[in-house]
Amino acid sequence: MRVLVGVKRVIDYAAKIRVKPDGSGVDKANVKMSMNPFCEIAVEEAVSLKEKGLAKEVVAVSMGPQASQDTIRTALAMGADRGIHVVTDKELQPLAVANMFKSLVEKEDPKIVLLGKQAIDDDCNQTGQILAAKLNWSQGTFASSVVVGDDQEKVVVTREVDDGLETVSLKLPAVITTDLRLNEPRYATLPNIMKAKKKKIDKVTPEDLGVDVTPQIEVLHVKEPEARSGGVVVESVDELVDKLKNEAGVL
Amino acid sequence: MFGIVRHLNRRNHASASNARSLTDAWTRALGTLCVVEGSGAGELDAAAKATMVCAQKHLPKPIWAVVASRSGAGGEDLAKSVAGLEGVEKVVVAETEGGFLAEPLSAVLHSLVGKQDPSHVVTGSSTFGKNLAPRLAALLDCAPVTDVTEVVDEKTFVRPIYAGNALSTVKFVGSGPVVMTVRATAFGSEKLESSGEAEIEQLGEEEKALMGSNLSEWVGEEKTESERPLLDAARVVISGGRALKSEENFKMLEELADQLGGAVGASRAAVDAGMCPNDMQVGQTGKVVAPELYVAIGISGAVQHLAGMKDSKTIVAINKDAEAPIFKIADYGLVGDLFTVLPELSAKLEALGYEKK
Repeated sequence: MRVLVGVKRVIDYAAKIRVKPDGSGVDKANVKMSMNPFCEIAVEEAVSLKEKGLAKEVVAVSMGPQASQDTIRTALAMGADRGIHVVTDKELQPLAVANMFKSLVEKEDPKIVLLGKQAIDDDCNQTGQILAAKLNWSQGTFASSVVVGDDQEKVVVTREVDDGLETVSLKLPAVITTDLRLNEPRYATLPNIMKAKKKKIDKVTPEDLGVDVTPQIEVLHVKEPEARSGGVVVESVDELVDKLKNEAGVL
Repeated sequence: MFGIVRHLNRRNHASASNARSLTDAWTRALGTLCVVEGSGAGELDAAAKATMVCAQKHLPKPIWAVVASRSGAGGEDLAKSVAGLEGVEKVVVAETEGGFLAEPLSAVLHSLVGKQDPSHVVTGSSTFGKNLAPRLAALLDCAPVTDVTEVVDEKTFVRPIYAGNALSTVKFVGSGPVVMTVRATAFGSEKLESSGEAEIEQLGEEEKALMGSNLSEWVGEEKTESERPLLDAARVVISGGRALKSEENFKMLEELADQLGGAVGASRAAVDAGMCPNDMQVGQTGKVVAPELYVAIGISGAVQHLAGMKDSKTIVAINKDAEAPIFKIADYGLVGDLFTVLPELSAKLEALGYEKK
C-alpha cells in the first residue's frame, strides 16, 4: 500500500516568536524554520511502516511557498520515496489544506494518510479530522500506537485521550494523526541527505488541484498576551507559606 | 478597518456569484447547539461546563444540547442537569455502547444541525471535542474555530497561537454555522444560570441509524485511576519535572497534592522518563490548566510547558537552578533542593491545618 504523509514548515519549536508591531501576524523573517515536530513523527511512522514491509511507497506532501521544498527534502532524507509540493504564497488554513489533500488522495490512492495532530504555529488540530470527513474515511487522532493488520483491511490505533488511552479499530483506508509518544523520529544521516537530493518532488498548484483556498477565517489582528508581572524570590519555606496565605490568599 | 471593508466586498462578491451561500446566511436561525460529553458521573465536567457557560453568556439563544453518553453511565442525569440551565430549549441524549467515535457522532450531529439550523455549534476543547468538531465542520463544509478563549462577538473570537505566545483575533466569514471548541480554563470559572426546564428527548430513528457507522469500532480503554480532582478542573495543581528523578519521588507530589486537595501534573520530561502517565502532562501538547495555585517543582519552564499553565492565578516555582525560565513567570520563586523543601513545606502546611492523608 501507499502512505501519504503531510509535513508542514513552521517556526522552529525552540525559537522565540515576535509579534509584528502592526498586529498583522508573527514575524517570520530571519527566524529558524523547521519541520513541525508532530509531522516528523508522522514521517517516522510512515517510514517504519515501509521498513516493516507494510507500505510499498511513502509520499511526503507539503503545501506553501517555495521554501516548503526544504521540509519535503527533510522527509525524503528520513526515508520517504518521493515528494509532492503544492506551491502557493497564499495563506493556507486547515480546510483548504484538507481539500487539497483530498484531491491528492484521489490521484495517489493511498491507504493511509498520516498527519501530525497539530501544527505548533496555528495550534489548530483540525486538518486530519477535516480530511477524514471529506473522504468519508475513518480517523485515528492523537495516535500513540498504530498497528496495521496483516490483511491491510484494518488498523488498530491507540489514542491519547484526556483520562488515559483508548483503542479503536479503523477500517482502511484511514487518516491517522500522530501524538508525541508515537515514536522517536530518526535523524537524517549525511548520505541520506545527499540521496534525498536525487529523489523526485512533483510541483502542483492549488489551481491544478481545483481547490479554492480562500480562507473562511480572517485574522483581524495578532497581539502578545499580557505579560505576567514579575514575581519575587522568597528566601525560605516559611516566607513562601506566609505569602501564599496572606498575600496571594490561596491557602 | 481595512479588514472589515475587504470582508464586506468579499461578502458582496460572494452573494452575487453564489446564491446558495447568500440564502444560507439569511435563513440560518439564531441559536446554539451545544455538544457535551457525559463523563460518567452525571455531572458537568470542566469541558461541558465551559461549553454551556460560553453558550449561555456569549452565543445566540435558544440553546439546544446534545449529551453524548455511554449506555447506563449517567447520561440521563447529565441531561437533566443541562435541561435545568437557563436558555436551554431542548436536550437530546445520544447513547453509545463503547466510547465516542467521531465517525458516527459527527454524522448524527450533521443530521441534527440540518434540522435545527443553528448559527453556532459549540463543544469543549477536550480530546472528545477536538476529535469531533473539525469532522462535523467538514461535513458542513465550513472552517472550524478551535480552542477559543474569548468571544468578541458572534463571529469574532480570540484564540491562542504559537503555544499561547500570541493571541489571534479571528472573524468567521464562511456561510455555514460557526463550529467551535472552547477552552475550559477560559470559560469554566463563570457561573451557570439555572432556571429552565427543557424537554429531554432520545435520538430519532434517522439519527439512531447513523450511530451504527461501520468505519470504526471502539475496542477498549485504559483509564488512569485517581481519586484526586481532575487536572483541568482542580483548584490547586502540583506539577513535577525531570528533577524528581523517579516515579517513587513523584509520590511526594501526590502527598502534597492530597494535603491541599489538588491534582498532580507533570512536564513532558517527567512523562517521557516514565515517572507518570501521559495524561498528567501539562503543556501545549498536553492539558491546559489555569488553577488558583500552580506549584511547579523541578520544572525548568520550557515554552511548551508554560503554554499549559501560564494563565494560573498564582504560580509558585521551586527549583535548584536560579536561572530557570520558570522564575520569570512565577509569582513566588524558591531556589532550593526540592528534596529538602518539600518535606518542610508539607510540615508547614500541616501546621496550618492541611492534614496529611
